[in-house]
Amino acid sequence: MSLALHPTSKAFKANARAALKNETLQRAMGHLGFAQKRLEAVGRLPEFEALRDQARDIKNHTLQHLDFYLEHYEEKLRQSGGEVHWCRTPEEARQAILSICRSVGARTITKGKTMVAEEIALNPFLEANGVAPVETDLGEYIIQLRDEPPSHIIAPAIHVTKEQVADTFLEKHAAYGKTKLLSEPREMLEEARGILREKFLGADVGLTGANFLIAETGSSIIVTNEGNGDLTQLLPRVHIVLATPEKMVPTLEDVSTILRLLARSATGQEFSVYTTVSTGPKRPQDIDGPEQYHVVILDNGRTAMLGTAFQDMLRCIRCSACLNHCPVYNAIGGHAYGWVYPGPMGSVLTPGLIGVDQAGALPNASTFCGKCESVCPMKIPLPGMMRHWREREYEQRLSPPAQRWGLAAWAFAAKRPRLYRLLTGLAARVLGLWGRRHGNMHNLPLAGGWTQFRDFPAPEGKTFHQLWSERGQR
Amino acid sequence: MTEARAQILTSIRLALGRGVVDAATQQELRARLNGHRRNLVPARGQVTGRQKVEDFARMVEFSLASIARVRSVDEVPAAVTDYLKQQNLPAEIRMAPDKRLDAIPWGRTPLLKIARGMPDPKDEVGLSGAFAGIAETGTLMLVSGPDTPSTLNFLPETHVVVVRASELVGGYEDAWTKLRAAMPSMPRTVNFITGPSRSGDIEQTLQLGAHGPRRLHVVLIDDDPQAGPA
Repeated sequence: MSLALHPTSKAFKANARAALKNETLQRAMGHLGFAQKRLEAVGRLPEFEALRDQARDIKNHTLQHLDFYLEHYEEKLRQSGGEVHWCRTPEEARQAILSICRSVGARTITKGKTMVAEEIALNPFLEANGVAPVETDLGEYIIQLRDEPPSHIIAPAIHVTKEQVADTFLEKHAAYGKTKLLSEPREMLEEARGILREKFLGADVGLTGANFLIAETGSSIIVTNEGNGDLTQLLPRVHIVLATPEKMVPTLEDVSTILRLLARSATGQEFSVYTTVSTGPKRPQDIDGPEQYHVVILDNGRTAMLGTAFQDMLRCIRCSACLNHCPVYNAIGGHAYGWVYPGPMGSVLTPGLIGVDQAGALPNASTFCGKCESVCPMKIPLPGMMRHWREREYEQRLSPPAQRWGLAAWAFAAKRPRLYRLLTGLAARVLGLWGRRHGNMHNLPLAGGWTQFRDFPAPEGKTFHQLWSERGQR
Repeated sequence: MTEARAQILTSIRLALGRGVVDAATQQELRARLNGHRRNLVPARGQVTGRQKVEDFARMVEFSLASIARVRSVDEVPAAVTDYLKQQNLPAEIRMAPDKRLDAIPWGRTPLLKIARGMPDPKDEVGLSGAFAGIAETGTLMLVSGPDTPSTLNFLPETHVVVVRASELVGGYEDAWTKLRAAMPSMPRTVNFITGPSRSGDIEQTLQLGAHGPRRLHVVLIDDDPQAGPA
């Protein structure tokens, strides 16, 4: 199931409501434990805050000269024997990947974890064209078997319980002669490891994403914990990297600074287990490695974000800290967001990539608690950008009529202080009388969403303005 | 493709409100690329001498790898066989054809069967030499080459890596400096390895040995006079 092909962001509210009622999902989401680990890791590195400032500056500098760095990157990559494929749209990227696969007669393609492949709905496209994609990240493998999209950008199967994994393996692994219902994660990992090992060895093409592209050397970098990305790119004859332009970083020194933030912000590790720098295909004397190295650079609307209020979003390194700390994401999980990127970073990115008319509900799904911005290693002002999207949504008359009329009515009164005082004073008196008679309110017209879960406190009978001016006179 | 390339680059320039980067700025940017200027390196990445060796050893264990420290290359074969015995593993290793490993007197442990060359999926234990060890996070740096296949770092269930104290550096930046000094250009693959393979993808319970090695064992030859007494 691809959310890129079937976005449901428009139905966000209904999705969220269903997610809150889904007990299995709620139990699964309870396992998300990255936030505490991040806190501990940050505590072990006194320079963490200073590194955040530097990382932000490095990316800002890169974005300001992105055309130069892309060209330099391409030149260095060519020198090492690799090839760049420039693509504007998902369709161009899919065709580029398919034509590489066809050029070597590929039947199967192993895949490391890549969110950009989700963005272009690569798997259904390859399947339809006779190339079988095999996800090799354990989480991605589980959801591929379940025909589900990822619900977290680094823990794609966080919404699945181990009992569900066991059921899925029992059903899908029967084809490999595995017919035992497993109960422990250890056994499940072993079974998947055995099956995927064969897939690694038999694949014609390996496709990975890129955490970074390095202009200085023409290299791509992937960061993983399982080692699947390495087996994916080392064993087949062809390595395809699917990247986007903003992954660029000027030098190896610059990426070292950002790498110090990435693992700590993501999983709370000191460093991810495998950080792999790839530069071109195998050298003539090498005894292993791919014969071909292709980098597909997909824009898909990103360069159009430069010079706009959303440029800062292009600093994102996809660590997932904003998801892990978001009260909304933690409550509803990733699928409710209805497109590829969930959580705060998705709420900013998605309207930019598929339009605010499709995804306008997402930037509204925030309490503006500000936690996302405070933990973002790249200091992206996420709440500020969500506010920008809300403004755009209002300007384009896309927000719901009740909300628009409500705001218009409020604005009408707010611009007329005497009327405003009259109306609010009246409302406060009426509610105050009611409150004195009945105590806290168990239900309130138009506010059932509040009173369903908690009482509305009984008003005191005076408005804020009245209380404030009384205070001033004292 | 060329059309897409031109359009993407033009789109960037339009968005940034300028044309092609002017000559003076280009010169500045090239100088920045070639200058290898370091950003802030945390204190942990600037350690030297004895501290560097101790930090490295401590961080290797923190990454859930194990470490054996020996005083000279002569002690390496025994350290390897001891480890294999302790883990109930067969005394059979696949060793990188790396010439640096030839200095180790493997003949002293005749019961250890050693195969050199390209790893086979059936190999249970792989042994390679590190290009560097990074004290900051207990990270091993391995580079690909004719004698150092990267596959060996990932296929076998157990990976033993030999590193000399003289190959240890403080932070990642020192590792790049060392690489640039040793090689005219980037090798195909540079692997930074910090601990054994792992996954938390099933209910976030940590499992070692996801696709890569389940065990990572470092044999540190602590013979560097520069680093002071062990």
